[in-house]
Amino acid sequence: MTPVDGFENSNKNNQDGEDMSINTANQPSGLANVAAKHAAQKQPGNAPLGSGLEARGIHAWFGKHHALENVSLDFAAGTVTALIGPSGCGKSTFIRTLNRMHEFIPSAAMAGEVLLDGKDIYEPGTDVTKIRLQIGMVFQKPNPFPSMTIGENVLSGLKLAQIKSNINKDDLLEECLTRSGLWSEVKDRLGAHAGGLSGGQQQRLCIARSLAVNPKVLLMDEPCSALDPGSTLRIEDTIGQLAQTMTIIIVTHNMQQAARVSDYTAFFLSDGGPGQLVEVGPTNEMFSRPKDERTENYVSGRFG
Amino acid sequence: MTTLTATRVEPQKPWKTTPKQAIPNFLMLGLALIATIVVVAVTPMKGKLAYAFLFFVFGTSFQMFLTWRKRGKAAAVDTFAGSVMMTGGILVFLPVASLLWTTIAKGFKGLGLHVFTQTMATTSYSDPLSKGGLLHAIIGTLYLILIATVISLPLSLLTALYLTEIKGRASGFIQFLVQAMSGVPSVVAGVFIYAAILLSTHLRGSTFIGALPLAILMIPTVTRTSQEVLNLVPNELREAGLALGATQWKTVATIVVPAARSGLITAVILGVARIAGETAPLLFTLGTTDKVNWNPFVGGQNALPYYVWSGLRDGTEGGVQRAWTGILVLLIVVLSLFVTARVFGNRKAKR
Repeated sequence: MTPVDGFENSNKNNQDGEDMSINTANQPSGLANVAAKHAAQKQPGNAPLGSGLEARGIHAWFGKHHALENVSLDFAAGTVTALIGPSGCGKSTFIRTLNRMHEFIPSAAMAGEVLLDGKDIYEPGTDVTKIRLQIGMVFQKPNPFPSMTIGENVLSGLKLAQIKSNINKDDLLEECLTRSGLWSEVKDRLGAHAGGLSGGQQQRLCIARSLAVNPKVLLMDEPCSALDPGSTLRIEDTIGQLAQTMTIIIVTHNMQQAARVSDYTAFFLSDGGPGQLVEVGPTNEMFSRPKDERTENYVSGRFG
Repeated sequence: MTTLTATRVEPQKPWKTTPKQAIPNFLMLGLALIATIVVVAVTPMKGKLAYAFLFFVFGTSFQMFLTWRKRGKAAAVDTFAGSVMMTGGILVFLPVASLLWTTIAKGFKGLGLHVFTQTMATTSYSDPLSKGGLLHAIIGTLYLILIATVISLPLSLLTALYLTEIKGRASGFIQFLVQAMSGVPSVVAGVFIYAAILLSTHLRGSTFIGALPLAILMIPTVTRTSQEVLNLVPNELREAGLALGATQWKTVATIVVPAARSGLITAVILGVARIAGETAPLLFTLGTTDKVNWNPFVGGQNALPYYVWSGLRDGTEGGVQRAWTGILVLLIVVLSLFVTARVFGNRKAKR
């Protein structure tokens, strides 16, 4: 099996982990990055290369149940970080605190700070829709909007977030679908309903949909868990390419996937109590010589 | 090595019962029929009901015996359950079919093009059936349905959205109110409007006033059905919308409601079905007329159920016959409304 592009790319990132910002300055060649250009026009001086995200002392509760305890993690701009750990260790809860989706569960509560470009997204008075616009999310189950066509799905973010722009919709459509690796498969049926696509195609459509609003950070909650190996590889390929323009945080149960796509890996664990961050480090170190014995046991498949 | 021959393969259904396999079943049914006839002949049990009941008992037990011999106890129980359910289905279908048949058979006599083009303005019940028509009542019913829908649909939809999307503090109370409202007898809604509007103001009965109690009756039906439908929209779609930076209103308006579209049309259809045949509330609120009244706010109006009621109350042969025709026309009007709503709704959804 030949390694996909994203694989090489993330490995390269891995080796010079510290120098990420330089690496991410490489714009994707070929296609004009319409969305990024558009953002650059809107916010001059703010290069659209993704933003760093810092979680400080995150706790999360569901009612009285303490689900997550004191997690602090830094995500450097333009890196891919994989969150691994057994089910119920709070990975998904954690990722949902990062774009304020956690608060939709009626009994939910949280503590701590999440800094996007140095600003706490939980600060009172923050416009939560603007936060979610900058921190996109791809869900575990592909969830294209059933009442819209493929093209409408991709551009739905502009309509939903009420972004008034003079950018060419067709160009944006092509760019987003190309970046998510779906363009060649759907370019002749953009007017068809999204429900007719296969699961893997639907998930890539959902990725394209989140790209259209040009997020700085992309959260992916087990994006491949419902997909076949072929679709999984394509999405991993996509992740590798996206990491050139945005920060990606991905929850995964697939250890090989974490190793393939990520620069950093964070291991979460719950020993009956709330989930905690056990260890975080560059992915190759986490898999070859983890510092914590529990990490070693988990990545080598001895439990979990 | 086998050679691939291009033989044509016909699509088959090997799981289907072959005629040969079905012979014992038919034999058993035949035996059951004979047994039924014999039992009716020798015992005091007589009449159609006895035939139906005995045939059910014999048919079911003979079939059960057959399956029990062939496939054992569990299969026999399965046969029994299947037989009971089929009987239940027939029992439900029979009254509906009988109702439809009676309406068509009795109403057809007075039917003709004149029914849809003439009114009762210059005709009395005792005139020949070829004279006079229901145009005024058809227009009245369509007006009533339209006005009641225009009033109740936004209220119901917004209430349903409040209950499913906002889930605000008053949800429990409103849910209780909606449930209580759906139990309100239609005559009470009519008396309420009569007391609240006609008795306390100088207004007289009109189409609009008549549509008000119908709207009251329609609101709980549409609200509860819409609520069920909106609850079926997967939560992932709402999350996807919000994660794209949409406000809740945008998410609801562009994702949730379109996703529930077909179900919401069903909700409206059920609401219209609830009110189309209502007579009692119209007695106090509609006023009355035998002419076409295009003004929904001034002057009395007629409606198909109201017309049916007055024809039956008249009691003469002509009145009763015209009432039957009125029922048939009401059925036709309501059914064509539903078909239109379905076709229109589906076409727009496909685009």
